[in-house]
Amino acid sequence: MSIDTMELDTAEKIAAIPIDEIDVSRPSLFQQDTIGLFFDRLRKEKPVHYCRESHVGPFWSITKFDDIMAVDTNHKVFSSEAKLGGIAIQDMHSVEGALELEMFIAMDPPKHDQQRKAVTPAVAPSNLLLLEPTIRERACQILDDLPIGEEFDWVDKVSIELTTMTLATLFDFPWEERRKLTRWSDVTTAAPETGIVASYEARREELIECAMYFKGLWDQRVNEPPRNDLISIMAHSPVTKDMPFLEFLGNLLLLIVGGNDTTRNSISGGVLALNQNPDEYRKLNDDRSLIASMVPEIIRWQTPLTHMRRTALQDWEIGGKQIKKGDKVVMWYLSGNRDETVIDQADRFIIDRKNPRHHLSFGYGIHRCMGNRLAELQLRIIWEEIHKRFAKVEVTGEPERLYSTLVRGITKLPVRLHAR
Amino acid sequence: MVKVTFVSSDGTRREVEIAEGETAREAALFNGVPGIDGDCGGACACATCHVHVDPAWIEKVGRLKEGEAEAELLQFAEGASEYSRLACQIPMEAAMEGLVLHVPAQQY
Repeated sequence: MSIDTMELDTAEKIAAIPIDEIDVSRPSLFQQDTIGLFFDRLRKEKPVHYCRESHVGPFWSITKFDDIMAVDTNHKVFSSEAKLGGIAIQDMHSVEGALELEMFIAMDPPKHDQQRKAVTPAVAPSNLLLLEPTIRERACQILDDLPIGEEFDWVDKVSIELTTMTLATLFDFPWEERRKLTRWSDVTTAAPETGIVASYEARREELIECAMYFKGLWDQRVNEPPRNDLISIMAHSPVTKDMPFLEFLGNLLLLIVGGNDTTRNSISGGVLALNQNPDEYRKLNDDRSLIASMVPEIIRWQTPLTHMRRTALQDWEIGGKQIKKGDKVVMWYLSGNRDETVIDQADRFIIDRKNPRHHLSFGYGIHRCMGNRLAELQLRIIWEEIHKRFAKVEVTGEPERLYSTLVRGITKLPVRLHAR
Repeated sequence: MVKVTFVSSDGTRREVEIAEGETAREAALFNGVPGIDGDCGGACACATCHVHVDPAWIEKVGRLKEGEAEAELLQFAEGASEYSRLACQIPMEAAMEGLVLHVPAQQY
């Protein structure tokens, strides 16, 4: 069954769709990057919107900043529990042949709290201070190896490389095999329609392979003194050391995806945004201190995870609409991050914005992104080092975007570097 | 106006004033006190306005209450202590005149 049409939506066509027939779950809208036009309509005409029929079943869309905040901080009513569907618009555990993974992002308290607390120290500020010199050294290496004046793919050579290296550092993962992490991250969020995996069976096979690989690392580290890497932390913590297999794998994949897709796409998205806004690029070139406010602005602008989903545990009203117990509720961060009523000139990329950290990309409440400071750190370092070396990272062709409703990804970005 | 002193992790003391009815978060942000991010806008939703209330003030300000949103968020913060609070949840009223708050080295 085809879940999607590849026919391009023009602005006129989008404007003509009856509001109740809008279905923002179609991955093609994100790949073609027309999704913003749909969200503009929802925010104006029906900010809490019910889609009766879609390939992921019926769901509510929450599209305004404040309504999203209200849902995100109300975990007692809006559950993340995997068995109820979990945290993405596509139900977890719904697909035949898929693994019934368990991960703390898709749990409610108290188990969520215990597991999150166990792994948090790896990405907390004091550990990041220790990691910063290593990340910077690796960023410099990546940038110094790039060709000047020659076209290449920024995603592959920089965005993937930097985030993969950082993730390998966090896991203390065998260095030469670090691209396995990139692959497992892609496979985790992939559905067969993306072409990344051939089928759910194939996906399952690869993820089990991932688990076995990590089991090997785990077995080594559990017998060594505790260290600061994520595997050692989990192997030694009383709340994570005896996790069942699918929970072990689930939490690993959560950390891999969390540390990979998101920062990768923000690194690419920043280059694209600066090219689309040459005045902002000029401002940056004139004043490198703007990197501090540019980093959160890039994260808002890209919104690398378009949404998080919850399931209502009881009837509840949002924005004058009656949500029923059991309903699927999707918080569209990508839409809330363009909400004019909360963010001044929300549809513009402004690197010296006054209050740039007030965005939804990390979510809010107890599930707020645990790696948010690490993401900012990587972006800050890469831009500081880019600024030293290059007058411009020029985008030389059309970007290619990921076919996904969840990950707002850029898969290819041809660029040419201009030396400073 | 209410006077409040923020002590940064390097020991620097900054005494600022804030209108009654605002919170300690605004006292820091409106007066350019470094070290308080307050990403969520004061909604008790992000834990980036974490402060340690000076022990002499903790009973007056009040401690975290288990099970409430503020405590749920602060359980994940680095270096959280029995004196931890979110600045956005400390209302500035006349009784807070002279309050002393310690700002952690980094918000998370």
